[in-house]
Amino acid sequence: MTNPLDIKAIRNDFPILSRTVYNRPLIYLDNAATTQKPRCVVEAIENVYYNQNSNIHRGVHYLSQRATEAHEAARATVRDFIHATSSNEIIFTRGTTEAINLLATSYGETFCNENDEIIISTMEHHANIVPWQMLRDRKGIKLKIIPLTETGELDIPAFESLFSEKTKLISVTHVSNVLGTINPIKEIIEKAHARNIPVLIDGAQAVSHLAVDVQQLDVDFYVFSGHKVYGPNGIGVLYGKENWLEMLPPYHGGGEMIAHVSFDKTIFADLPFKFEAGTPDYVGSVALATALNYLQSFGMDNIAAYEKSLLEDATEKMLKIEGMQIFGNAPQKSSVISFLVNNIHPFDMGTLLDKLGIAVRTGHHCAMPLMTALQIDGTARASFAFYNTHDEIDAFIAAIERITKMF
Amino acid sequence: MTINEKQDQIIEIFEEYSDWMDKYAYIIELGNGLSPIDPKNKVNQNLIEGCQSRVWLDAKYQDGIIHFAGESDAVIVKGIVSLLIDVLSNHTPDEILNADLYFIDKIGLKEHLSPTRANGLLAMVKQMKLYALAFKAQNNP
Repeated sequence: MTNPLDIKAIRNDFPILSRTVYNRPLIYLDNAATTQKPRCVVEAIENVYYNQNSNIHRGVHYLSQRATEAHEAARATVRDFIHATSSNEIIFTRGTTEAINLLATSYGETFCNENDEIIISTMEHHANIVPWQMLRDRKGIKLKIIPLTETGELDIPAFESLFSEKTKLISVTHVSNVLGTINPIKEIIEKAHARNIPVLIDGAQAVSHLAVDVQQLDVDFYVFSGHKVYGPNGIGVLYGKENWLEMLPPYHGGGEMIAHVSFDKTIFADLPFKFEAGTPDYVGSVALATALNYLQSFGMDNIAAYEKSLLEDATEKMLKIEGMQIFGNAPQKSSVISFLVNNIHPFDMGTLLDKLGIAVRTGHHCAMPLMTALQIDGTARASFAFYNTHDEIDAFIAAIERITKMF
Repeated sequence: MTINEKQDQIIEIFEEYSDWMDKYAYIIELGNGLSPIDPKNKVNQNLIEGCQSRVWLDAKYQDGIIHFAGESDAVIVKGIVSLLIDVLSNHTPDEILNADLYFIDKIGLKEHLSPTRANGLLAMVKQMKLYALAFKAQNNP
C-alpha cells in the first residue's frame, strides 16, 4: 500500500523541522514531550491577536462577539474531534495536568470519603498520580495500583481483583508515555461500568496518534493537552459526560463561571462555563481547533498507519543493535520507543544524540514509579510523529551505532 | 598551577577538537579515567541528585589544601566531574571560593550548568564551594 500522506509536503508545514542544530539537520524525536506546530497553528494565534483580539462572552461590541464565536466554534471542533455529544461536555483547561487536578478536587471532594479507593496504574505519569495522592492526604482515600505484565501491558486479571465496594474511580492512561502501550480502555471501562464505577482516561499521549470516540468508548472523563496534539501550549481539554459535569461543583471561582453574585450567595453558570473561571484562553482554543482540523485533514487512521510503519521500522532496526534493550513490547503500541544500550547511561546517550542533531528524551519521563517497577533509573526515549521519516530513523540508528562504539 | 592556568590549559585542549563528538569522546575518556570514589564515601550524604544523573562528591582537607573526589553514574558527567576536580582540587579554600569557572562556558559545556538541566553539575560546583567555606570556617573559628 502506498502511503497516502505526502510527508515532504507535511514537513514544509513545520518550519522548525528544516532548521539545523550544531550544524546538523534537526531530527526531532521527542514528540511525546511536545509536538512541533504547523504554520497554520502559529498563524491562527497571530490572526487572533492581529484581527479579533477581545475579551469574550461579556462584550457587546463587534470584536468581542467575533472572538466569542471563534472560541465557541473551537469548543465545537473539539467536541467533534473526540465525538462528544454536546459542547457542554468540553471544558477548556490549561492542559492534562489541570484537568486531572480539577477532577481530583471536584470529583474527589464530592464523591470520595475516608477509606474510599481510586484505582490507577503502574504506568501513569506523575500528573495522574500526584493529584490523587494529594486527595489521599486530604480525604484519607486509598490508591490501588494496577500492576504490569512482562510486555508492559496492564495486568487485567489483577486489575479486576482490585475492585471493591469502596472503589470510586478508575483513572488510567490511554497510552503510556514511556512504554507506548495502548491500553484496552474500552474493556477497562466496561468492567468498571459493570460495577457502576466511573472511568477517567488520560489521553495526553493518545489524541495525536489515534482516533478517539468518547461515545463509542462510553468513557466518563477524558483529558488531553493541546501541545501534544500539534496545538499551542497552555490549553487542554477535560471531556466529561454531561450528567457527571452537572453533578460536580466548580473547581476555581471567579468571573465567567457565575450566573449571579451577591455577597450572600453566588449562583454558578451552566455548563461548560461553570468550570472556566476567569478569562479563558480564547487564543489557545482557536489555535487548538486549527491544529485538530489540520490533523483531521489527513485522517487519523492514515496518521496511525504511517506512525505504525515508523515504529515497526525503528524497532526492527534498533533490535539489530548489539546490547539494545527496548522497554515496552506490547502488541498494541504507539510510536514511542524507550531503550537502553549496554550499560550506557541514558544521559550519555541523550547528550551524544543531541550533538548529532537528534532530539530524544532521557530520564524517568515523569513516571518514576514505573522506573522503580522496571528496576531502572531511566531510559532514552524516541517518540515519532507523522512528520518524521524513515530516513530520519536510519540516521537515528546510525547515530546510536556510532555512539555505542564510543564507550 | 593556579586555577586559571589549569582552566586555560583545558580550554586549549578543547580548542583542538572542532567536532562536538570529538570533544565528547575526550570527555568520555576523562570520565573513564576518573579514579573511583572510595566506596565508603559513596553514601547518600555525599550524593548530589540532578535531574538526569547522580553525582557523588567527597572532600578532604589537609595542610590547608582541599582534595576532591567524585563519581557519577553517567560517563559524560563523570568526565565533567573529572575536569572540575582537576581545576579545583589541591587549592586553598580561599582560592576555591574566589574561583570563576569560566572554562565550562569556553569549552561549550555551559548547557550542563543551566539550573533546570543541572544534572547535578551546578549543584556540584556549589557543593565544592560549600566545602571550601566549611573548611575555611573550621580553620578560622
